[in-house]
Amino acid sequence: MHFSFSEEQQMIRATAEAFLAEKSTSAAVRRAMVTERGYDPQLWQSICEDMYWQAMTIPEAHGGLGLGYVELVATLEQMGRYLLCAPFYASVCLATNALLVAASEEQKARYLPQLAAGTTGTLAYTGASGRWDCSAVEALARPEGDNFRISGRYRYVPDGHTAGLLVVAARSAGSAGDAGISLFVLPAETAGVRRQWLPTMDQTRKQAQLQFEDVLVPGDNLLGEFGQGGPALAKIIDLATVAIAADQVGGAQQALDSTVAYLQERVQFGRVIASYQALKHKAADMMVKAEAARSAVYYAACIADEALAGNPLGEELAEAASIAKAYCSDAYFFNAGCGIQLHGGVGFTAEYDIQLYFKRAKSTETFLGNGAWHRERLARALLDREAEVVA
Amino acid sequence: MKLSFSEEDERFRREVADWLAANLGGEFEQIRFRGGPGDEHSFVEERKAWERKLHEGGWTGLGWPRQHGGRGASIEQQVIFNEEYARAGGPGRMGHIGETLTGPTLIAFGSEAQQARYLPGILRGEDLWCQGYSEPSAGSDLANVRTKARFDGASGQWRLTGQKVWTSLAHESRYCFAIARTDPESVGHKGLGFFLLAMDQPGITVRPIEQLTGTCEFNEVFFDEAVCGADDIVGEPGQGWQVAMGLLGFERGVSTLGQQMLFQNEFNEVLRIARENGAARDPAIRQRIADAHVGLRIMRFNSMRMLSGGGDDGSLGREAMIYKLYWASWHRNLGKLAMDVLGAESEILDGAPYELNRLQSLFLFTRADTIYGGTNQIQRNIIAERALGMPREPRG
Repeated sequence: MHFSFSEEQQMIRATAEAFLAEKSTSAAVRRAMVTERGYDPQLWQSICEDMYWQAMTIPEAHGGLGLGYVELVATLEQMGRYLLCAPFYASVCLATNALLVAASEEQKARYLPQLAAGTTGTLAYTGASGRWDCSAVEALARPEGDNFRISGRYRYVPDGHTAGLLVVAARSAGSAGDAGISLFVLPAETAGVRRQWLPTMDQTRKQAQLQFEDVLVPGDNLLGEFGQGGPALAKIIDLATVAIAADQVGGAQQALDSTVAYLQERVQFGRVIASYQALKHKAADMMVKAEAARSAVYYAACIADEALAGNPLGEELAEAASIAKAYCSDAYFFNAGCGIQLHGGVGFTAEYDIQLYFKRAKSTETFLGNGAWHRERLARALLDREAEVVA
Repeated sequence: MKLSFSEEDERFRREVADWLAANLGGEFEQIRFRGGPGDEHSFVEERKAWERKLHEGGWTGLGWPRQHGGRGASIEQQVIFNEEYARAGGPGRMGHIGETLTGPTLIAFGSEAQQARYLPGILRGEDLWCQGYSEPSAGSDLANVRTKARFDGASGQWRLTGQKVWTSLAHESRYCFAIARTDPESVGHKGLGFFLLAMDQPGITVRPIEQLTGTCEFNEVFFDEAVCGADDIVGEPGQGWQVAMGLLGFERGVSTLGQQMLFQNEFNEVLRIARENGAARDPAIRQRIADAHVGLRIMRFNSMRMLSGGGDDGSLGREAMIYKLYWASWHRNLGKLAMDVLGAESEILDGAPYELNRLQSLFLFTRADTIYGGTNQIQRNIIAERALGMPREPRG
């Protein structure tokens, strides 16, 4: 057992930190976040050409680096720390993962090199129910000869208005829950797909609504078997959940670090306020949250690797993802909320960055299910399974 | 990062499990899952016998170097042993203070004569030890020790006078290690000595402290010209603080996964009751049960990080600094959750005058977890000052 970063993984993290510290500055984030696109195309180009992060988890056979989830979360943690505005999460943690989990070898050979070359992507599956598991799928799919037709509305789609490639989930009429679900891949510029940017409270993570009106999708674009995509979608969601939790760890850490830095500067009653126990104890609680959140994400990342490799330990993925998301969501929100409080008046201004972390804490908390959602999912596994057997 | 243990370690795990399965039965069946925190007063004689049994099996001094009679087990193997021990329901260890604190301290700081005199008895599971650190006016402020040690040239002995408090197992122990002031003019962590004393002597009186549980795990220990030999001081007079602090670093978290297995046993009991009595249908209880599960799993992941070497630069990792605050708070919350899952039944005792059931005992005893070994407030000071670099409070 060795539960810490290898030298190579430490290097990947350090490289990510150095790059983002230079490129994803407060000024750069603020410039990007007020645009509808939500990111600086030059920065994305630099990420794709200089860092090759978009290809991080794509197998070498398809033009990628073939790295695993531990390397991915190490990078995501830094992205969360620097509030990166980029289509990285949607392209890598949604679209690429969806293809890695659900696509045939032929489909991988066709689409993964596009993503490795910097085409952006995303996953659309949620309707307006506010649920985050397979039951969130509301759009309908029906076969038409060798092809398919999809109709319906997707909300809360990360970078959905700018993505080049869409992976979408739709269900057969009359199905419910995780039954009857099919996954498709299609270019965003397909006839009948209407995309609309949804302005968001957290401006660093863009969301969109996609309206599908009887969209014709060729049969070759079906991922897996028609109507049998539920388990694959569940796995894709769990992998995405681990990844967003990594962003939260970085944010929770930075909310702590920037707050402590401020407390070390600010003088009241003739002392730096960092010397007051009331504030030190709050900062200590914030560190406990950040460290525990980090442990949860690193563990979930190891499990994600096992799941992607099809190993038995991978069966823990749903549990590990829920543990990470439940804890990290609450930790990030706690740290960002305390961060504003400990900054005092300036914490409430637009000028200080802590407000950006507070908003990202809330948006990432909601996305893919908040703490209560994931705890209930865990409670079902802990409390109901045996009860059903007994009944 | 790698989650699995090596094949060699897995073989070791089977060896431990097999030995426990073969030996933790018969006369020892009754002490399975007993004698843990809050239950340390039960089955004392049987648990002493169990210590000797562990020695026969070669399981004492697991992490000690071989030249000192230990097994020289790796950190991983120590973790595995503790985990399997707890899984099998191994009773609370009577010899843990000697094995995890006295032994490593003497190996690191003791003279050869001290090692030869004291280590074998610890390994045999015969010599139990207690710890004389806290005093009435030296709790969180441990360096404020007032017990005095005076070297009596006439008899060639050290003589200690003062009072220790919160001393676990003092009434069962053969020896005590204690810090006392060798320089009567000194204050704070200077001028202290680290002493080894036999408990059975006229100069030592042990008085049990009745706790809010109605039981007496802790004691007051009075030294009135208590004696020990000239060579029963570890290190030089004045170095006691360094020895005492070195000792606190020895545990290194190897027992943490075992501790978590005990917590898991307690949590499973709460789960079982929640399913049986219908509390599992209450949405608020469901949230808290899931939260406890999340907290316990993450405790394990924290430990795995801690055991894998801590900070990238080899320093004590941040995950090690948060450990006490984290587990103590979690455990205290579990006690409260257990009562809320039990509902109205939580008030009803097993019997008069004050026979607590296991979960009631958990509920009450965990109020001590966030106090002993450094209160939550002291832990937060340590984290803020050492990990976050925030200034110390001005001292009075």
